[in-house]
Amino acid sequence: MLSVPAIADSNMPPAYWANRQLPDPRQESAATKLMFEIRCLVCQGQSVADSDAELAGDMRHLIRSRIAAGEKPNAIRAWLVERYGNWISYKPPAAPIGWPLWAAPLLLLGAGLLLVRKRISRRRAS
Amino acid sequence: MSRALRFLPLALLGIILAAMVWRLANPGDSVVRSKLAGKAVPAFSLPAAIAGKPALGSALLATGQPRLLNFFASWCVPCIGEAPVLDQLKRRGVAIDGIAIRDRPEDVADFLARNGDPYQRVGSDTDSRVQLALGSSGVPESFVIDGRGIIRYQHVGPIEHDQIPLILAELDKAK
Repeated sequence: MLSVPAIADSNMPPAYWANRQLPDPRQESAATKLMFEIRCLVCQGQSVADSDAELAGDMRHLIRSRIAAGEKPNAIRAWLVERYGNWISYKPPAAPIGWPLWAAPLLLLGAGLLLVRKRISRRRAS
Repeated sequence: MSRALRFLPLALLGIILAAMVWRLANPGDSVVRSKLAGKAVPAFSLPAAIAGKPALGSALLATGQPRLLNFFASWCVPCIGEAPVLDQLKRRGVAIDGIAIRDRPEDVADFLARNGDPYQRVGSDTDSRVQLALGSSGVPESFVIDGRGIIRYQHVGPIEHDQIPLILAELDKAK
């Protein structure tokens, strides 16, 4: 009787394009660039290029086969975002919810200057 | 500066620390949900997973009645626990179709023989293509699909015995 493995991995080999480079170097370069920008669904802190998860291999296979078929990387990214949301891309689009992040350094700098303006003017006066 | 104002940076630090402690106690939800709820099932056509069981295509999911689409695999341990629950659902009249992820026919046949077969059809998705097309991220997962082929509800993880009323309610809502 076979024992059930502790790791939930299939018995099947990786998908064809999971670990093979595309023959066309320009396509492979576009595919690699995209793979580093798509988050792995299983190991959510890694890109699919870095992750060893089987599903990451299948996502690499998906990306490479579509690029080989002539699809544009941004179209593939949009397809994935449509299914999983913006977080799956390491290059999310600039959404209004992000503006505090960009404005905060400027605002803090401004607040800091306000705090020290009295000291600057005092020094100038003396 | 007024006497009270000098405590402002300390108060700010207190707020930030409180926020961090709260987040440690209430970690964010890392479950991946498909964004296709409410949209039509993407077109797909999968070969039969085992001989003697019909193959599965997206066209066969729009039958006029809600169906349950279950992603499973023979190497998926929680799927073994889910099998009796699916059997219960089947006995209550739920139409269940299966998609076997990254599986060989002999392993699927073995799994169904050992754990029961609640499926009307089983498709074989050896490179997770349909799984990715539906916005699923692992096994087991189940989707409630209404009679017009629209995805109405996604259940991530195995359906537990006490979640049977929930699934039946979702299927009812999809009528």
